[in-house]
Amino acid sequence: MAFSSPVSRRRLGIRPIRPLYVVAEIAVPSGLVALWWVLSKSSTSLYFPPLSQILSSFHKVWLFHDFKADAVPSLENLALGYLAAAIIGIAVGVALGLVPLLSDAVAPALEFLRAIPGVALVPAALLLFGIGPEMKIALIAYGTIWPILLNTVDGIRGLDRVAGDVAASYRIRQRDRLFRIVLPAASPQIVAGMRTALSIGITIIIFSEMVGSTNGIGFQILSAQRNFAVPDMWAGIVLLGILGYLLNLAFRGFEYYLLRWHRGMRQIAGN
Amino acid sequence: MDSVQVARAHIEESVPILEIRELSKSYSIAGGERPVLGGITLDVFSGEFVCIVGPSGAGKTTLLRCIAGLLAPSGGAVLLEGQPVNEPPAKLAVVFQDYSRSLMPWMSVTQNVALPLRSKGYGKREQATRSKDALAAVGLTAAATQYPWQLSGGMQQRVAIARALAYEPEALIMDEPFASVDAQTRSDLEDLILSVRDKLGVTVLLVTHDIDESVYLADRVIVISGSPTRVREEIVVDLPSPRDQVSTKLLPRFSELRAHVMTLIREDRAHRLSD
Repeated sequence: MAFSSPVSRRRLGIRPIRPLYVVAEIAVPSGLVALWWVLSKSSTSLYFPPLSQILSSFHKVWLFHDFKADAVPSLENLALGYLAAAIIGIAVGVALGLVPLLSDAVAPALEFLRAIPGVALVPAALLLFGIGPEMKIALIAYGTIWPILLNTVDGIRGLDRVAGDVAASYRIRQRDRLFRIVLPAASPQIVAGMRTALSIGITIIIFSEMVGSTNGIGFQILSAQRNFAVPDMWAGIVLLGILGYLLNLAFRGFEYYLLRWHRGMRQIAGN
Repeated sequence: MDSVQVARAHIEESVPILEIRELSKSYSIAGGERPVLGGITLDVFSGEFVCIVGPSGAGKTTLLRCIAGLLAPSGGAVLLEGQPVNEPPAKLAVVFQDYSRSLMPWMSVTQNVALPLRSKGYGKREQATRSKDALAAVGLTAAATQYPWQLSGGMQQRVAIARALAYEPEALIMDEPFASVDAQTRSDLEDLILSVRDKLGVTVLLVTHDIDESVYLADRVIVISGSPTRVREEIVVDLPSPRDQVSTKLLPRFSELRAHVMTLIREDRAHRLSD
């Protein structure tokens, strides 16, 4: 059997960047912004100020006058809560996933806790932690841990029997079994959970800042609205959109790198 | 022909490397037990190539998993070099049927081959040398840095064979290893495993449902059949070595042996259908 020709780009799972797609990806949002600009240009509504006003507010408030005071704490709390959820969620998920009896036993309790939306716990968290960053970090960790934990349990329990047989028959040591077989096999599901968790985390951080805080993007948006600084309010919302987009982009990059094998394999299977 | 008989006589005198004694296995089902293996006894001698052939549904995979220490038998024993097998032994390597599931898709070909070597405690350099040698033995040097899923099915099964060889087993256990590849690739892989056996002197126990394959590869064919499954007959394959896909299969003796095995398996099928 001769070797196949040098592996093509397609087989490697590298999709060529198509100029048309890049143009479309830039053109559509730019077009929408232009449309917003034109339609709102002569607006006299107090609630829907012209985009030019919103952008100048954005420039005044967020570049970079209040960025450090408000955006940075929001992002910091989000990062800390999310990382804590990821570490604890994966660790506990692995433990539960490896012991089916244990995960069956705690499943109803987990489903109950997961069913409580993170934002519903804001009042309780305020009582417990006050309005400091601890409250927000705890809430984010709580709200984002469930999809990570439950997906980890599922991914670990779903380990293919043959992969388990390989690990056993080749006497793969426990550490390698966990880090080189079990966790990578579960990683597509774990990452899917982390993706869901990220958007939950953004919701919780903003809401918790609106309810109990003295800083943060959510706090800024709400206080701008209360002070009738409507362009500032919209500027805060625009910032959220931009940050959400960038966070998602960063996550996609992380996923692209971590799951490159999975993507390549699926592309070949699909051909 | 004479030299083969001399070699066989030598094997008969030696102590078996693998002894399977009255091995039985039942699965519990609703309302009782379903016996799958009903007391299987067989020996495999050092350096021998033994094929177990049986109809589909005869519990061939169950038998191999018991022999490999992956499944606890309900009764009887498996001995490897005289030691009872209660867990997967270090001197046994398994090649599974489904290469797409037995190779780790997140690891390169080399990493797949080297994984068991890490657990054996070999250093990085040792792992690299051994993986390289094993891949060279199956003709896959050029594919070392690729992912398994970038390779054809036959090449993936070669990776699995390389992983087994790098593990340096006394005995190689193969579960229908060529059942998922096309006919041309299958005969290439059959010849590959024969040449590897000749070069490295490893003992091979291979399970298959393919009668031609069993006769072509084996020094001895063990036909299993019945419900629960038992050893029906042991057939010494007195075909000259080295085997050749064309000339060996043209020998009248090949046809006789093949017909004999086929008759045994057909009888079993007819028996099952009449039940």
